[in-house]
Amino acid sequence: MVAKIKLDRISYSYGDHHALRNVTLDVPERAITSFFGPAQSGKTTLLRLINRLNDQVENTHMSGTVLLGGEDVYAPNVHVPSLRRRVGMVFALPLPLPGTIRDNIVYGPRLAGIRDRERLDALVVQSLQRAALWDEVKERLDRPASELSGGQQQRLCIARSLALEPEVLLLDEPTSGLDPVSTSLVEQSLIELKKQYTIIIVPHNIQQAARISDYTAFFLMGELVEHGPASRVFTTPEDHRTEEYITGRFG
Amino acid sequence: MRQRPLERLGYALMVLVAIIVVAPILAVIGIIVAQGLPAISWEFLAKMPYDGMKAGGIFPAIVGTLLLTLGTAVAAIPVGVGGAIYLAEYARDTTLTRAVRLAIVNLAGIPSVVYGLFGLGMFVLFLDLGTSIVAGSLTLGIMTLPVVISTAEEALRAVPREFRTVSASLGGTKWQSIRNVVLPQALPGIITGIILGLLRAAGETAPILFTVAAFYLPSLPHSPMDQVMALPYHLYVVSTQVPGMPIEIQYGTALVLLALVLSMNTIATLLRSHYRRRRSW
Repeated sequence: MVAKIKLDRISYSYGDHHALRNVTLDVPERAITSFFGPAQSGKTTLLRLINRLNDQVENTHMSGTVLLGGEDVYAPNVHVPSLRRRVGMVFALPLPLPGTIRDNIVYGPRLAGIRDRERLDALVVQSLQRAALWDEVKERLDRPASELSGGQQQRLCIARSLALEPEVLLLDEPTSGLDPVSTSLVEQSLIELKKQYTIIIVPHNIQQAARISDYTAFFLMGELVEHGPASRVFTTPEDHRTEEYITGRFG
Repeated sequence: MRQRPLERLGYALMVLVAIIVVAPILAVIGIIVAQGLPAISWEFLAKMPYDGMKAGGIFPAIVGTLLLTLGTAVAAIPVGVGGAIYLAEYARDTTLTRAVRLAIVNLAGIPSVVYGLFGLGMFVLFLDLGTSIVAGSLTLGIMTLPVVISTAEEALRAVPREFRTVSASLGGTKWQSIRNVVLPQALPGIITGIILGLLRAAGETAPILFTVAAFYLPSLPHSPMDQVMALPYHLYVVSTQVPGMPIEIQYGTALVLLALVLSMNTIATLLRSHYRRRRSW
């Protein structure tokens, strides 16, 4: 498997808190990789290190490298906004920007300098289709995004990130606020999307991880305990801690 | 069961307090309207004064106040809003920024007559602007800065952090996020703050006393370097310095000033509640 992202000996702390210890992991391209584990294990922190969303946090210390397609993400001449267009992120709570559905989708591309009306329109259609939202909103692109249901808003957020035509999509518990039907729709679209994009998801629960991941990594208290193909890790974990967490011995 | 009469008493006290608070405002407005309304006429509002101010209109004073308000806006808004954006979005918590905040708080507490003297020394004399609209606007502008900066900063901080995070995750630079998402969301609060600051400036007498105001000018101002008449100062002079001034003119002037200030206030309040309803969070 070809690694799209290589994480090498990542350690990260803010203040006195060691969020990540010596994490080394390859994330394969065009597949869904999940980071699972109990709360405060560093999964979200690791995610945010990949698109440098933690840059604004003060008082932090980081060591190790993050390679995206072979390039060091933290090299001094990296243009961070461009990086974030290559690595999109969807958050746990749906956060539509103020404005219409269309405004939300074209926000990223317009910031990137795309002004051509036809191109923007095409991006709107394409992104909404890929996020499995097009049919539901095609008649009302000029309605406020806040009118959509929670599940629709979350798919809108996915479409919003897709409009930048990224290489990687990071999702942090994207379905935690959603009902089972919406969750299923989001999961279905992710399975479609992995044919084109590299996807990393912090799943809402282990069952979700087992449903959709190709590869998976188990994190505990900032440490990467084990990783590998999902089918193997969930059925025959190598580490006893992984097994105990999967079977619910601790949470 | 003993609570019932106690509750009634408490409630009655609250109503009484509410009346005590509202009554003076109604009394002030009532008296000024009653005494001043007879003087209001087209001639009063739109014509120049004559006969040592005892007759004619206060048109130049109205124009002067409006010009000074405009000048204050030009002086205070760019620096004020820019400063607020810097403090809310860019500044780290260092000794320098803490000193800046302390300075802003202190600026707000300086008595307006002190601003007037400062304006005289700095703008009229030292920078040799003379008593002029420019000098007056700069003085009033500095006086208005703390209000504008404080309310603008609060409005910016009130915009939830998530909006900035989302914009950043979509490839926005810090300034793009501020300009496209944060600032538009904060604009209603900022505008309200500006209007409230301006209406305070419009009603001040002391700062313009030394820097721009004249009691009687034969014509309207031609340039920003001219002196100008202004309603607050005009009111002071016609009420105390001119013997034999008809009382309607005094109250009429007060009424015009009051109407100006109250309407600005009403606009600000309406704007604020309109945008509150349309907020996205």
